[in-house]
Amino acid sequence: MDKQIILKVKNLDAHFGTLHAVKNINLEYQEKSVTAIIGPSGCGKSTYIRCLNRIHEELPNSFVTGQVELKGQDIYAPEVDPVEIRRNIGMVFQKPTPFPGMSIYENTIIGLKLQGGHSKSELMDIAEASLKKAFLWEEVKDKLKKEGTSLSGGQQQRLCIARALAVNPPLLLMDEPTSALDPIATAKIEELIDELRKEYTVIIVTHNMQQASRIADYTSFFVSGDLIEHGKSELIFTNPTNKKTEDYITGRFG
Amino acid sequence: MNRLYFRKIKNFIFLGLISLSSLFIIIPLSILLVFLISKGLHGLTWSFITELPKPAGEMGGGIVHALLGTIWILSLASFISIPIGILGGVFLSEYGEGFLANTLRYSADLMTGVPSIVIGIFTYALIVIPMKSFSALAGAIALSLIMLPTIIRSTEEILKLTPKHIRKAALALGVPRWKVIFFIIVKGNISTLFTGIILAISRATGETAPLLFTAFGNMYLSSSWKEPMATLPVQIYNYAISPLENWQNQAWSGALLLIILILILNICARLISGRFDVGHGPKFIFMKLRKKWTSKSF
Repeated sequence: MDKQIILKVKNLDAHFGTLHAVKNINLEYQEKSVTAIIGPSGCGKSTYIRCLNRIHEELPNSFVTGQVELKGQDIYAPEVDPVEIRRNIGMVFQKPTPFPGMSIYENTIIGLKLQGGHSKSELMDIAEASLKKAFLWEEVKDKLKKEGTSLSGGQQQRLCIARALAVNPPLLLMDEPTSALDPIATAKIEELIDELRKEYTVIIVTHNMQQASRIADYTSFFVSGDLIEHGKSELIFTNPTNKKTEDYITGRFG
Repeated sequence: MNRLYFRKIKNFIFLGLISLSSLFIIIPLSILLVFLISKGLHGLTWSFITELPKPAGEMGGGIVHALLGTIWILSLASFISIPIGILGGVFLSEYGEGFLANTLRYSADLMTGVPSIVIGIFTYALIVIPMKSFSALAGAIALSLIMLPTIIRSTEEILKLTPKHIRKAALALGVPRWKVIFFIIVKGNISTLFTGIILAISRATGETAPLLFTAFGNMYLSSSWKEPMATLPVQIYNYAISPLENWQNQAWSGALLLIILILILNICARLISGRFDVGHGPKFIFMKLRKKWTSKSF
């Protein structure tokens, strides 16, 4: 059974000041799959993922060329509003980012609330559903009015995932979501990602190669802005075709 | 052994110097308070804060007109300066680069250093002369000019404390930038912002010089923004330089009242910044207070 292509990246180049951070990337992502992006620090993987929801352009002196097609629609087309794009492509960052001065409940539904057009009971239902999807509901259902920042780091990160899911984007980007967490919290997030693949497409940047091999259907390997290799994870990790990939995953390089 | 002994002596001397200078900071304040209380407390009666002044030479009378005038003018000044100050601070923290932002930041810093009497004369020329009358409005504008730079800079500094990745995370949710700024960054820091504002108000409360040329003062109750209005600092000034003993005594009581007013404002600032829990707002502070009181008294 062939899955549909949800995201198509064509000739993507990203610059950051004078730095050419991402070089001519061409990739396709299947619906309801998990793709990991690995590579040494500074290889442009974070910049790359930030191009996919147009958050990279929020940095001063940055620009992007090429196309990124979400379900056939180029998100870099001039008539497209980046705000609209970001509602369809969620993002979770390296550090947990619960919003200050907001309760767990408010944190979960803030994206929808600021879009407007949802009734209170709808918001409550969505909050519950999103927190359940993020495996957080059981832990927070009795303290929804408590401040989001009062949670532990792992819980905060799951709260951020719930917050991204509440907007219901088909595609979720994760930028090293577990690198600030301990192994137990990491395991929970990985379990969660495994669950998410049933409904969502996930692209995750990670430094942890075991993590990539555990959770990802596909893996891309980047070095200094170039895509070196992309393919099924089991192939990349057991039988890489490129010498650089082999050196990296066996720990001889990077 | 000898060197250790020497170090201990050095440590002792420095500790002594530090404690001594802290003491020197506290001493003037306590002397001032003791002095004010001893001179002003017996005159600070209920009738003093609820009655209008009696004609010159008669005993008794109060300064309710100045108390209300101060509150009125401060409210008007806050009404002018808080929205402008917050928006200016937001501009500096969110778009704080480029010529306009640097100019604004530099002017705000300069404005805090402008002597208040200069602001008074400036407002006199700008408002009082064209209006051909001293007025509460002119007083409020003068005070708002004093409050503005403080509010702008404190807002900027407070908002800048919110980490960049919080803003990015909010943008990544598909929230438009202006909503990110107002409903996430500003709202998330609202209690600290209030603290900055209240401190600005409490600074303006005691200003005398800018009001001398603008609100001027009178001896009766007035609520018109077009007419002169009495304020506590100016009333104290007028009473203090008068030859009448009754008025001089009232100046002391008025000064004590002013200090109490500023103290209340500062306590409010402390209470507000002292964390309100989410979803409770000011009600929470009230509950916290009640808890404190009931747990102590019962």
